[in-house]
Parts: sequence; C-alpha cells; structure tokens
Amino acid sequence: MSHRNGDNSGRRGSGWLTPSRRNILAGIAALPAMSLIPRTSFAEAPATSVVNTTGLAVTDTEVTVGILHSVTGTMAISETGSVEAEKLAIAQINEQGGVLGRKIKFIQEDGASDWPTFAEKAKKLLVNDKCASVMGCWTSASRKAVLPVFEQYNGMLYYPTFYEGLEQSKNVIYTGQEATQQIIAGLDWVTKEKGAKTFYLLGSDYIWPRTSNKIARKHIENHLKTKVVGEEYFPLGSTQFNSVINKIKLTKPDVIYAIIVGGSNVAFYKQLKAAGIDLSKQTLLTISVTEDEIDGIGGENIAGAYACMKYFQSLDNPNNKAFVAAFKKMWGEKTVIGDVTQAAYLGPWLWKLTAEKAGSFDIDKIAAASPGVEFKGAPEGYVRIHENHHLWSKTRVGRARPDGQYDLIYETKDLVEPDPFPKGYQ
Amino acid sequence: MFGDYSVGDLGAIFAMQAFAGLILFSVFVLMALGLAIIFGQMGVINMAHGEFMILGAYVTWMTKTVFQEYLPSLFAGYFFLAMALAFVAAGALGMLVEWTLIRHLYRRPLDTLLATWGLSLILQQAYRSIFGAREVGVELPEWMMGSKHITDTIEVQINGLFVMALTTLITCAVAYIIYWSRWGRQVRAVVQNRVMAGAVGINTEKVDRYTFGLGCGIAGVAGSAFTMIGSTSPTAGQLYIVDTFLVVVFGGAASLVGTIASAFTISQARSTLEFFLSGSMAQVLTLLAIVGILMLRPQGLFTLKVRK
Repeated sequence: MSHRNGDNSGRRGSGWLTPSRRNILAGIAALPAMSLIPRTSFAEAPATSVVNTTGLAVTDTEVTVGILHSVTGTMAISETGSVEAEKLAIAQINEQGGVLGRKIKFIQEDGASDWPTFAEKAKKLLVNDKCASVMGCWTSASRKAVLPVFEQYNGMLYYPTFYEGLEQSKNVIYTGQEATQQIIAGLDWVTKEKGAKTFYLLGSDYIWPRTSNKIARKHIENHLKTKVVGEEYFPLGSTQFNSVINKIKLTKPDVIYAIIVGGSNVAFYKQLKAAGIDLSKQTLLTISVTEDEIDGIGGENIAGAYACMKYFQSLDNPNNKAFVAAFKKMWGEKTVIGDVTQAAYLGPWLWKLTAEKAGSFDIDKIAAASPGVEFKGAPEGYVRIHENHHLWSKTRVGRARPDGQYDLIYETKDLVEPDPFPKGYQ
Repeated sequence: MFGDYSVGDLGAIFAMQAFAGLILFSVFVLMALGLAIIFGQMGVINMAHGEFMILGAYVTWMTKTVFQEYLPSLFAGYFFLAMALAFVAAGALGMLVEWTLIRHLYRRPLDTLLATWGLSLILQQAYRSIFGAREVGVELPEWMMGSKHITDTIEVQINGLFVMALTTLITCAVAYIIYWSRWGRQVRAVVQNRVMAGAVGINTEKVDRYTFGLGCGIAGVAGSAFTMIGSTSPTAGQLYIVDTFLVVVFGGAASLVGTIASAFTISQARSTLEFFLSGSMAQVLTLLAIVGILMLRPQGLFTLKVRK
C-alpha cells in the first residue's frame, strides 16, 4: 500500500516540479560560497502562515525537527554516529541562517533499541511536538515499526541506513543505498577485476543479509553466469565461526561475500585471521563493515578486505575534507565516519533544500518537491533524490587498511539509479 | 559434498574441525565456570554474568591502552597482567554486589533473578556512559595473533591454543579450591547444610561473599580472554549469556564435572552440525536436543545428592 502511495506522489512530483535551469545554475554558483558566507537573511523569511499551513511546530524564528535514534541499548553502538552527524548538519545549517529564515531546533528522543519504543516516540514527535521532519531509525525493524505512524500522522522521515529495499513511501526519504545499488556494482567489479568465478555467501540471520544475498545470488547466477558454492546464516550475536571457516577452506571460493553485522562481525574477522586466512590473498567483499565497525574489529584483523558502499571517510574531495574536519572538531579527533554516518548527515541538508525548493514546510509539499532535489555539497559527492524517494549515488569499492581506513579502489562512473523493487531479483 | 576432495584434504578438514570443536569446548567451559560456581554453590542465578565478563574485557582494553601509551616495550606481555586485573576487578565488584544486593535476597531465589537482571541493565548503561556506545578494539601482541602452520591445510590457531590452556589452568585451580582446599570444604559444607555449617563455626556470610567474588572473578578472566575472539561493547555480554545458561543447566547445577561434560557435548554437537548444516539450523537442532534431554532428565546430566 505504502508503495503505491509513494509511486503516485513521486510521479506527480516529477511532472510539475522539475527544477528550472536557472535554479540549477543559481545552485551551482551558490555552492562554493555556501560554506564561506553565512547567509543570515532573516529579514527575507517568509511569513509563518505561508510556509506552514498544517500546524507544524514552526514559529517566525524557529522550526522544530526530531532526532529519533537509539542512544541506549544494543543499537546505540551503530546509531551514535548518525546522531552526531545529524547534529552537525543542523548546527551547520543554523550557522548559515537556517531553513526558510528559521533556525532549526531539534528534539531528540531515544528509541532504546526497542521497536515499539520507536513507534511510540515517533508518535510523540509527530503528534505532541509537531516536528516538521524527523531524522531517524537505523535498523529496518525500527523503520518498519515507525512507518505506519509516519503515514498515519503524515510526517517526514529521513532514514540513513543502507537497507534491503522493497519499500517506498511518500513519508520517507531513504538517504542510504538500497540493496541493488550496493550489491550489483560490487559483484560486477569483483568479477571483472579479480576474475571471480565462485562465491561463498555469508550473513547474519535477518532480513537485510538474507534479502541482499538473494539479490547477490540472482545476479551471480543469472547475469554473471558464475557459481555460488555456499550460503550460510548465523544468528545475530553468534560468536563462533570456526566451522564455517573450515568449510570455506574446503570449498576454496574465489570470493567470500560477507554480510555479518554487530558483535558477530568482530568475532568473524578475528577468527578468520586466527585461522590463517590471509585477506591479502583471499578476496573478501563485504557490504556491512564501515569504518565504525573496524574500530571494534581492529584494523589489523581486516586489512586487505574489500567493502562495497557509497562512502568512505578517506574520499578525496573538498566537500568530504570539510565534512571530516568539521565532524572531528565537533565530536573529537578520534571519531571515525562510516557510510551510514555520512548518509545521516545528508538528511537535514536534503530536507532544508527541499523546503526551500517547495517554499514551505508542509509535509505534502515536501514530499512532492523531493524528487529532483540535488545536494552538491554532499561529502560523497553530488546526490539527487529519485522519484522513488531514494538517492541517486555512486557505488564505491574500498580496501581496508591496517589503520582502519579504506583506500578507494573503484567507483562507478555514473550515479547508480535506486531500484527498491528490482525486477528479476526477487 | 565430499565427492570432489582427496583423502588428504578430508583428513585435514576433520582435524581442523575437531580442533574447532575443542576451542568451542574451552570457550564454553570458561564462560560457564563462574556461573556454575555461583549457581551451584549458592543457588543464585546471576543474570549479570555476561556483564561481569565484559568488565573483564574493558579492563583488558584499559590495560592495553596504558601499555601502548606508557610501556610499549612490554606490550608483548600485557595480556597476562590484564587477565589478573580483570579477575581482581570483576571479583571485587562481585563481592560488592553480594554485600549490597544479593545477601538480602538469599531466601527469595526468584528475586535474585530479577535483581541481577536489573543489575545487568545498570552495568550495561554504566559501560555505555563510561566507555561510549561504540565497540572498542583490543589489539593483541603480535605473538598471539595468527596461526601455526602445520601442513598446507592444517593451521592451528594460536588464540585457540591460548584459550584451551587458560581453561585447563582455571578448571584445575577451581577443582583444587573446591575439592581440596580448606576454604572449599567450608563452601561445600555450606551448600550441604547451611544451618549446620554455621553451627560448627563456619562464617557462612563470608563464604557466600567469597564464592560470589570467585565466580565473578572467573567471569572477568573469561571476558578478558574473549577479547581475542569476540567484540568488546557495552552489550556484548548478552552474546554469551544464553550459551552459558545452557551449559550450566544442561550439566546439572552444583556439579563441576557436569558443567564440563555438558560443555563438551554441546560444543561438539554444535560444531559438527554447523559443518554439515547452516549456522542457524545447527543452533536450532542443538537447542531442540537439549530441550528433549532436559524433559527426560530435568535435573541435568550430573547432580549432587543433597539431603533436602
């Protein structure tokens, strides 16, 4: 149902809201200046009655948004980075004069790694606090829990995590990659560059790794015409991988394709190293290990592995350098920035740009104006919102260094189109 | 699945697999010992067992950081000091917890369950506030990483050997303390008849406190050792708790031999099944088998005969 809704609004949006050429040019011209000159143009702020016709928490000087992540419980480990990135983005936007002449004020709620709590807090942010938008959620389970709330009370959610796809909603902007964006380019690359013929698929046992491996298997078997020699899942939190490592040794796959998450990740890479599998010789491609995870795994245990995602902290472009410097200044020299953290940083910016394009904070207008919104200041490089509310973005392959950073090895030439309902992959 | 492999290959894999089973066995024993002591000797179900392990892991991490910063030349040996500190820290916290919380609840076993569960949540959040929500990386000295190369296909994991040696050492120490030392006799006397033990002059409160401290201390050492194979984060203790309970309950409370036998059975079953089936399926089958056996033998594999 949600899928249909999203589709329609998307199509409507693309019709009459294509940005005019002048807008684009103005945008390009303004961008380099954006970070230099704070635009404190409060005088020009449009009247509240114009930008807010549905009773959101917008005053003449302030607009309220929500941040909804787990800062306690088991997911805090992953979601901390997202919270930090969103706060940084909000602070930077405020420094430049805010959105439609209004400073952003945020209300932070803790989902506490518990999905019903997420739904409850989402309702509080939308119904009591009347947030104009919410940056939040990390796991698919938490997103699925809040989705009906956002659709019922008509809110706007900016969701940062790369995820399995198979979802689309008028009320959500997905700033991470959906599965096909992340998977297909990586498999093509490893086949072409490494001459890979056999793959061993591994994953933690829940929806994201299973859906992703399903897409990977279809692509490997139907498009690359190569072979999957094993596919295995381990319960979340599993800490013993010696048996599967033996199986890998027996089957000698060209590529280990690993989608293991959380604490299991640490156990897996430590045991892989202890078992004498040398990642400088054995190709391992993962889509679940960002710089954040390497902190726990230890760079020396994973050096040599390849990761396929859209962002690495080491990306060499001016946007990213400024972003990394600002992030470290705000959150400490030792913090690292992974793919999802960067995607979370995009949320407030995309919302700001969309609100300015729509000239309104109204949810319906934001939803309709979203397709086509471009953010040229993104640390990962230029991104654009697709009609299906996902982002066009490049896919990149990086290789882990012992110091916990990735070296960029490959990036797609063009932006990869998001395709949350891929035909022939389900 | 074996059609394509030579006899040599298969032999090597079976050797590796047997070794993997032994490592898992050592890990299980190490996890379960502390809990078995507390549960067996005191009847307290310590739901915060995993958090005591993680305290050990964090102590190891702190020791590592200090050595890296101030004593890089001695880094190769820091792990031994870290384990000793982990034992002391977890043991001390255990005694404190016994004194402030557990001793008031001895007559209400179900309440200890709730209280220690609450304690586990408090400890988790404390770790999160003190050490941050993110995982910390515990680097090992060079000699503890990697594997010994025996043949082209057989590799013996050094951290596996280390855990096995440590488990053997600690198990022997615990067996000595419980069965041969004077203090162990007192502990067993208290288990068999608390009132009588008190009557002959044993300070039962002190015995309880030290027993709890010992169990927690061993959990701390286990946590310290597991930084070699697992993650260190505020909630990582939860990863171990289910397996730990399984081993203790299946083995029959109050029996060291039972704990060891049950750890052996479960680890071998799991690692064999994991080889032939997928990881999730292996766990399901192991759990089903354990449930089945416990239905037939609710008291577990081995039990102490105690006059009730």
